[in-house]
Amino acid sequence: MEQANFLLVGVGGQGILTAGDILAQLGLQAGYEVKKSEVHGMSQRGGAVNSHVRFGRVVYSPLIGRGGADYLLAFEMLEALRWVHFLHPRSVVLVNDERLPPLAVTSGGARYPEPEEVRRELAGRAGRVLFIEGARLSRELGNPRVANAVLLGALSTFLPFAPSLWEEVIRARVPARHFELNRQAFYLGRAQVESQGEQMPH
Amino acid sequence: MKQLLSGNEAIARGAYEAGVRVGTAYPGTPSTEILESLSRYPEVRTLWAPNEKVALETALGAAYAGARTLVAMKHVGLNVAADPFFYGAYTGIEAGLVIVSADDPGMHSSQNEQDNRRYSKFARVPMLEPSDSQEARDMTRLAFELSEQFDVPVLLRTTTRISHSHSIVELDPDFVPPGRDLPPYPRNPQKYVMIPAHARPRHVVVEERLKRLAAYSEETPLNRIEWGDRRLGIITSGISYAYAREVFPQASYLKLGMTFPLPARKVREFAAGVERLIVIEELDPFLEEEVRLLGVTVHGGKDAFPLLGEFDPDVVRAGGRQLGLLPPEDGPAPPPLSLELPPRPPVLCPGCPHRSVYYALRRARMIVNSDIGCYTLAVLPPLSTTDTMGCMGGSISMAYGVELAGRPERAVATIGDSTFYHSGIPALLNIAYNGGRTIVIVLDNRTTAMTGHQGHPGTGIGTRGERLHEIPIEDIGRAFGLKRVFVVDAYDTRAMIRLLKESREAEEPTLIVARRACVLLPEARARQGPAYWVDPERCNGCGLCFSVGCPAILKTAEGKAEISALLCNACDLCAQVCARGAIHPGEERGE
Repeated sequence: MEQANFLLVGVGGQGILTAGDILAQLGLQAGYEVKKSEVHGMSQRGGAVNSHVRFGRVVYSPLIGRGGADYLLAFEMLEALRWVHFLHPRSVVLVNDERLPPLAVTSGGARYPEPEEVRRELAGRAGRVLFIEGARLSRELGNPRVANAVLLGALSTFLPFAPSLWEEVIRARVPARHFELNRQAFYLGRAQVESQGEQMPH
Repeated sequence: MKQLLSGNEAIARGAYEAGVRVGTAYPGTPSTEILESLSRYPEVRTLWAPNEKVALETALGAAYAGARTLVAMKHVGLNVAADPFFYGAYTGIEAGLVIVSADDPGMHSSQNEQDNRRYSKFARVPMLEPSDSQEARDMTRLAFELSEQFDVPVLLRTTTRISHSHSIVELDPDFVPPGRDLPPYPRNPQKYVMIPAHARPRHVVVEERLKRLAAYSEETPLNRIEWGDRRLGIITSGISYAYAREVFPQASYLKLGMTFPLPARKVREFAAGVERLIVIEELDPFLEEEVRLLGVTVHGGKDAFPLLGEFDPDVVRAGGRQLGLLPPEDGPAPPPLSLELPPRPPVLCPGCPHRSVYYALRRARMIVNSDIGCYTLAVLPPLSTTDTMGCMGGSISMAYGVELAGRPERAVATIGDSTFYHSGIPALLNIAYNGGRTIVIVLDNRTTAMTGHQGHPGTGIGTRGERLHEIPIEDIGRAFGLKRVFVVDAYDTRAMIRLLKESREAEEPTLIVARRACVLLPEARARQGPAYWVDPERCNGCGLCFSVGCPAILKTAEGKAEISALLCNACDLCAQVCARGAIHPGEERGE
């Protein structure tokens, strides 16, 4: 793999920035030049959040451009659709099964799209679109906050890095008492892709 | 050793390596993490100042006294600190002083989009602009050297994408900064006491120094020509360099790290060496104007690369197309989505203690002058309870102005705790002194919340979490002689409604401290009860609870309310507004 651009999107509080940190550190330890960009401030919870992570031999811009995301990790279903202009025909899209209706849906007149609509809108815009049960699996593990590790596990099946390297990076980033749970979540994420019959490309 | 650092972390590292002794700041996105990172080096004395003016004056005092000092702020913070910024340029310093201004193109978290590069020229202060974290670290170190070499504070200007992007920095993990002894205190009133008779000769020094700085700008490797294809030459700096490199990988570059004063000779040499010269810079045409003033022809600048908003590779690419430097869009654009997406703007968190205060205020129908903080979000539906907001500390004076105008409606100011200490205190003093009946509500959530929980004088907590002196807001009001001073639990909507009704009739000023810790603070989390729940038998879907604008309250397919156990922070507001008694605290369930 010469280079790769990752776009992580979702809602504030879902662990997107942590996942971006893990991914960026992984790239660094795998020998790439890495840049990562996100914006913090103005309301910590509830707003749309994104993190751009880029691996390459040389990386200038910390931001990915239109049609430049090789991997889109959507931590929330609606948010997956907000960023489709970053996709290209070979992009891999991983959509978490989390549904967080914004206020415009609860107190305004807006409508939250059905899962089937999300699937239909994404089809044809990317090489592969996979739905990952990060919300369900993380709740079964007893902590909805490890859904990000499930998604990283799913992503890991598409990348040429040994699971042991991922484990090492996750261990260094998460609090020690949460490592085992994150590790389990990571492997559940890997199994999700494998069970959907996807081939690892490398 | 290679490490991924944000631009802000890299600035702190550079300052540490330069042997900085004092670091001070007022938190402000995107600058906040500079001082937070600097606080991790125990050798450095770091403190949150109540505002940027105080921060910079403290920094000047320390730098006069012989300690290398760093002061950091967001772009609008330099407006607050402009007074000392200008005289600091006249006096110069004894030990290096670096002033970091973190600008916010695109206004991710700001009230305006000012380009603080203008300040360097305005005050005759040299300016460095890093393009990534490695440069942020290197330039910060160098800035301390330059500050001492030229006897002047140095402005290090970043933008959100420099401050908040992570990139690789090469570090020596065993680096120990050289110890520096304090020199004797400079008894030098001609230099440090700016009475007119002293300031006039200092102005001559300032202008002379500028010439020496311009000569340095010609020689420094910070300003470098990178020859490539000479058909296109690009002058750029900061983050714009990164985007330009991405979009025009083959072009020739004049990459400017020192953007004031500009290297005139180098600009001319570069212009003469390329067929077509363009300037790519975010926000104002700061470089473009300087280059044009030299009589150099610019074949593309603000006509193609916009003055408004934040750049990214797509914005730069579009500018390149407009100038005919890139082929038109290849292939048809992907089709638009066939459904409209509900927007997801930032919202007050579930359980936010501000929500209940604004819920009460909405019913009071007053003119609400607000301030800078998370609570500004109350302007959005469904709370929609803010009439004006402009800058830090402005709310109290604006509300007073409404009263002076003689309007029949009552005016109220809403201001956060940290913002009150920042610049609300003189405004309250003004009302106490001049008299009136303005109502001031301080939303005291026991932290500087929006920038990520920094301490302030009301919490008495320092940069390393250490206990300092705590100065309660109500004590300040009483010290000013205010008689109507009240402290209420921000969650107690009924008490707030009662208090507002009573204050409306009062013939003197009222200070209300609505106190309740930010729901994201560990102390608040520890006290938090289980999530609330809705009894579907009692709920008739009237929508009253939807109107408080809590993201934890969801609508079921039947139009009834449902509370997300994942999101609910158990503030009780929805239960207080429910007319049918359908909403209950968690522990009641199943009993």
